[in-house]
Amino acid sequence: MALIRAFELRAQEMYQRAKIGGYCHLNLGEEATVVGLMSALRAKDYLFANYRVHGYAITRGLDPGEVMAELFGRTDGVSGGWGGSMHLFDEGVRLMGGYGIVGGQLPPATGAALAIDYEQKADDKSDAVMCLLGDGTTAIGAFHESLNIAGLWNLPIVYVIINNGLGMGTTVDASSAEPDLYKRGAAYRIPSTRVDGNDPDTVRKAAEKALKSAREDRRPYLLETTSERLKGHSVVDPAKYRTDEENKELKENDPVPLYRSTLIKSRAMTKKQAQEIDDEAERIVDDAVAFADKSPSPKPEQLFDNDYSTAVAGAPKQMPGDPLITF
Amino acid sequence: MAVISYRQALHDTLRAEMTRDEKVLLLGEEIGKFEGSYKITAGLLDEFGPKRVRDTPIAENGFAGVGIGAAMLGLRPVVEFMTLNFSVLAFDQIVNHASKIYTMFGGQTAIPIVFRTPGGGGQQLGATHSQNIEVWYAHLPGLKVVAPSNPADAKALLTTSIRDNDPVLFLENLGLYNTKGEVPDDGPEVPIGRAAVAREGTDLTVIAYSRGVNVAVGVADELAKDGVSVEVIDLRSLRPLDRETFCKSVRKTTRAVVMEDDWLSYGVGAEIAASVQEGAFDYLDAPVRRVAAAEISLPYAKPLESAALPGADALRKVIREQLDATGMRSKS
Ligand SMILES: Cc1ncc(C[n+]2csc(CCOP(=O)(O)OP(=O)(O)O)c2C)c(N)n1
Repeated sequence: MALIRAFELRAQEMYQRAKIGGYCHLNLGEEATVVGLMSALRAKDYLFANYRVHGYAITRGLDPGEVMAELFGRTDGVSGGWGGSMHLFDEGVRLMGGYGIVGGQLPPATGAALAIDYEQKADDKSDAVMCLLGDGTTAIGAFHESLNIAGLWNLPIVYVIINNGLGMGTTVDASSAEPDLYKRGAAYRIPSTRVDGNDPDTVRKAAEKALKSAREDRRPYLLETTSERLKGHSVVDPAKYRTDEENKELKENDPVPLYRSTLIKSRAMTKKQAQEIDDEAERIVDDAVAFADKSPSPKPEQLFDNDYSTAVAGAPKQMPGDPLITF
Repeated sequence: MAVISYRQALHDTLRAEMTRDEKVLLLGEEIGKFEGSYKITAGLLDEFGPKRVRDTPIAENGFAGVGIGAAMLGLRPVVEFMTLNFSVLAFDQIVNHASKIYTMFGGQTAIPIVFRTPGGGGQQLGATHSQNIEVWYAHLPGLKVVAPSNPADAKALLTTSIRDNDPVLFLENLGLYNTKGEVPDDGPEVPIGRAAVAREGTDLTVIAYSRGVNVAVGVADELAKDGVSVEVIDLRSLRPLDRETFCKSVRKTTRAVVMEDDWLSYGVGAEIAASVQEGAFDYLDAPVRRVAAAEISLPYAKPLESAALPGADALRKVIREQLDATGMRSKS
């Protein structure tokens, strides 16, 4: 949690210093959810995420330097500089991508679960898929289409609604006719529950139960976690739609200091150890930035390196201004 | 070498590829019990079972994306859309995901998927069911778009498409399903991105694809009786587009006409005319002409629909005008 916090604050700073371009959506305020979910996944499980993906990538085991390098658009980035903040991908840790189109990840995640079902028996050893989405995404047709198919075909997938209360500036009650989002599982006979996303232990337990149901019973599961986005929708959003009172409450419910004091109070950790963890997180993030800074930018000559997986006759590879036909 | 229909060639190929490779599975509406709206998948559910021939709910975006995710994990799904018109519902998954994932994630994960779908107007189905919108997909880098015009190519190109590691939009044509032709048992491979000379000629080149190729060959055979020699190029792939082959032909014949089923503005013909201009300008004896659908949402009433769709009459007229304008008088 400390590392995600440090990473995201630094990402914000790097964006403000124009090292990072495009959109940049942070997990600030969602650290407990991220850690709870990721600690429940096994190494062989597949993760499909939306565009708010930095914390998940790091917690899933990706090198923070390579994640930062992707945000910087460098060759050592996890997607080679092609994806940026929203499109982190690494097959090695089975992070099957962050997706910038709201709801776009839902059908492919469901298809990944189909592939698992196609090749593996339903038992404790089988893999599972976790698909993350925001509260606002439950209004998209792909949500309905995917859950219906997963329920119909008994696929090993856990959909997690990260309910941070807002889709950009729109509250859940203003976008969903059923604001108890987890209840939507009932429409597809998919078991579902809502848990406090500010408590990593609760999230982990719920996610483990959901994943077990997916891999052993081949029943998809719909898990809703409640937390709050500490800042705006993306780095450039000043979140003016929030009142002073709401901002005060956000601070009081901030899961990072809350969990830290819980651990200290229960003597699981000393104050000194907490400080050491924070210091270590800062060091890792310093190194990540240094690594990203040193990584070269991709060269224009590399533009067509990833156009097709199976090379094909006649694929135009001309640069703007080049003649198309040169024979 | 057997003489079989375009429909049979597609069916046989699906069956052969499913037999050859267990990772090939079919997804689509009504493809199993109902045996497919156009019966391409007839009998396959019985033979391969519901695991490999999956009837999906009416959820085009959902099942197209399910295919994409399955492909990311190594399966080779062949997704059927009842018609090209309904692929519009899956536009997000095809455009934003299938065609982008390989490039956007830095070449880390391929998407070996085929989206099969019939297109083509002329069946009196009205505006929403008669659209030739292949160019919407041909515009996209990352996706391959093929459109076979005959049974042999249907077999060869479907085989290539299923074995290809990239997403392919495989465009069939309602008007071609019953057409017959010789299909070799072990045909030559037809690579994606290579056009063919469907008929040789020396006076004028018609560049066409899918149904239009047959129309063009018919007109060319007719005109041959008048001493006019028309060469017909079958594009076979709309992306990548084999510009070399048709430019080479135009350099030889010095005249070009494009035959396309889609709408004129921003259509396939616009791309081809521009490419001919770039690759054969000095050889041209006349401006490139295009024969395309009338720019109107297609009507239901037969006389109106027929008037709107390009056919042999329109093509013949344009070829004659082309020849007349360049001093090569054709008898009429
Ligand atoms: C199809 C589509 N429509 C709109 C957008 C613009 N957009 C990006 S994020 C977002 C809000 C999504 O909110 P939510 O699902 O709650 O996720 P959160 O940002 O809270 O994590 C919108 C509308 C988009 N990216 N894709």
